[in-house]
Amino acid sequence: MIGDLALDQAGTATRDRPAAVIVEDLHKSFGPIEVLKGVSLRAAQGEVVSILGSSGSGKSTLLRCLNLLETPGRGAITIGDETLRFAPDRKGRLQRPDRKQVERLRRSAAMVFQSFNLWSHMTILENVIEAPVHVLKRPRLECVAEAEALLAKVGLAERRHYYPAHLSGGQQQRAAIARALAMHPKVLLFDEPTSALDPELVGEVLRVMRSLADEGRTMLVVTHEMAFARDVSSRVLFVHDGRVEEEGAPAAIFANPKSERLRQFLSRTRTAG
Amino acid sequence: MISSSLFEVLSFGAGGWGAALLKAALTTTALSIAGFAAGAVLGGLAAFARLSGGALGAALADGYGTLFRGVPDLLTIYLLYFGGSVGLTVVSHWLGGQGFVGLPAFATGVAALAIISGAYQAEVYRGAYLAIHRGELEAARAFGMPHPTMLRRIIAPQLLRYALPGLGNVWQLVLKDSALVSVTGLVELMRQAQVGAGSTRQPFVFYCSAAALYLIIALLTGALFRRAERRSLRGVRIA
Repeated sequence: MIGDLALDQAGTATRDRPAAVIVEDLHKSFGPIEVLKGVSLRAAQGEVVSILGSSGSGKSTLLRCLNLLETPGRGAITIGDETLRFAPDRKGRLQRPDRKQVERLRRSAAMVFQSFNLWSHMTILENVIEAPVHVLKRPRLECVAEAEALLAKVGLAERRHYYPAHLSGGQQQRAAIARALAMHPKVLLFDEPTSALDPELVGEVLRVMRSLADEGRTMLVVTHEMAFARDVSSRVLFVHDGRVEEEGAPAAIFANPKSERLRQFLSRTRTAG
Repeated sequence: MISSSLFEVLSFGAGGWGAALLKAALTTTALSIAGFAAGAVLGGLAAFARLSGGALGAALADGYGTLFRGVPDLLTIYLLYFGGSVGLTVVSHWLGGQGFVGLPAFATGVAALAIISGAYQAEVYRGAYLAIHRGELEAARAFGMPHPTMLRRIIAPQLLRYALPGLGNVWQLVLKDSALVSVTGLVELMRQAQVGAGSTRQPFVFYCSAAALYLIIALLTGALFRRAERRSLRGVRIA
């Protein structure tokens, strides 16, 4: 699977950097349906990997597995220096990984959800400091100062005492990004971050994501935003039917798709977009 | 004549019933609060059992709710008090005791109100839990929040927010049901009003006073619930 990196033409610089995320032969089934059929990927530090695919391809499941919101049936996930291996027990049942290890892994892989999922009983500022204070046990004052800086960075300094329900979708998603950044994660996971937004609000969220990419943050982004995938990501993964069908630099993927399925996918999204 | 006797009857001095009625109102309030609080524990456990207690736990909790919401509250109180007392008497006879042994009336009243209100509170808590947006719980998990922290920081505040209106309802029910506990001889407001009415032959005065006192308790506690509700609704968009 590491050999797949030969396809990577853009990231000569990033490829040599240490890996932030390594996924090896990941399998996941829901009941009798196998959604992931052995996915491997490697994201170097500072790399932005866009994951494309039609609905039902398993791309969201892949991202959710990385944060262990879904427990993989088989395979291994490494984030930073923490590795979790999954294998069915002798009776073929799913084995629950060690809870402490799961919590550690989740703290280093912060998730941004399609439907924001901000905690509705807290203000934006409280949302951002919640996990640093109550999960990482950092001093509150320090977290507040940092949260205010993060909210300023996503353009929400004025709104920090608002509740999520009183903000637009774009503002909520930017707050959710600030909440994820406050964890100092080794990787940011974006699960279709703009799919629930009104079209005129998509831009403000993509701008924030673009600035994060420019800062050299490691990001895995499941998205339907082709322009973002083409212009911002260092590598593009096309997932089809639970497997990585094609992988490479965005220029190569968009200009010269090798597989027939990717060609079909791209032509569909082009006519749709 | 009537107005002067009314004043005398309800006075706080010697021969007046004012102090006794007030004390009975306090007993009613204490009985209701204790019954409601114990019911919150029972109801919370029953709701938890129905949501995640496995098949057996869910069936037991379901049976508990069906039984005590379906049987008249008065019957539950009779069953608990007289059934419990008969049981206690039998045990005492085994141990060589004699005569009828009654359960302590206040404690039995609290237990009865707890069992009855717990059955209703379980439904309120269960509905409130189901109203919490799943994505917010998922976000808490995604940030590596341990379960106890999630319960305290994310679930409890939101559960309370959705449960408060329903709990206010159950509280009113408990307050009124506490009058039924008078059948065990506990001198709470209802019982005291009966005693006063009987011995002065002025039922109208005593029952009206009792009604007024019940209403005052209901209004004061109702205001507390509304305040708590307003507080809990911060951050909720009122459309």
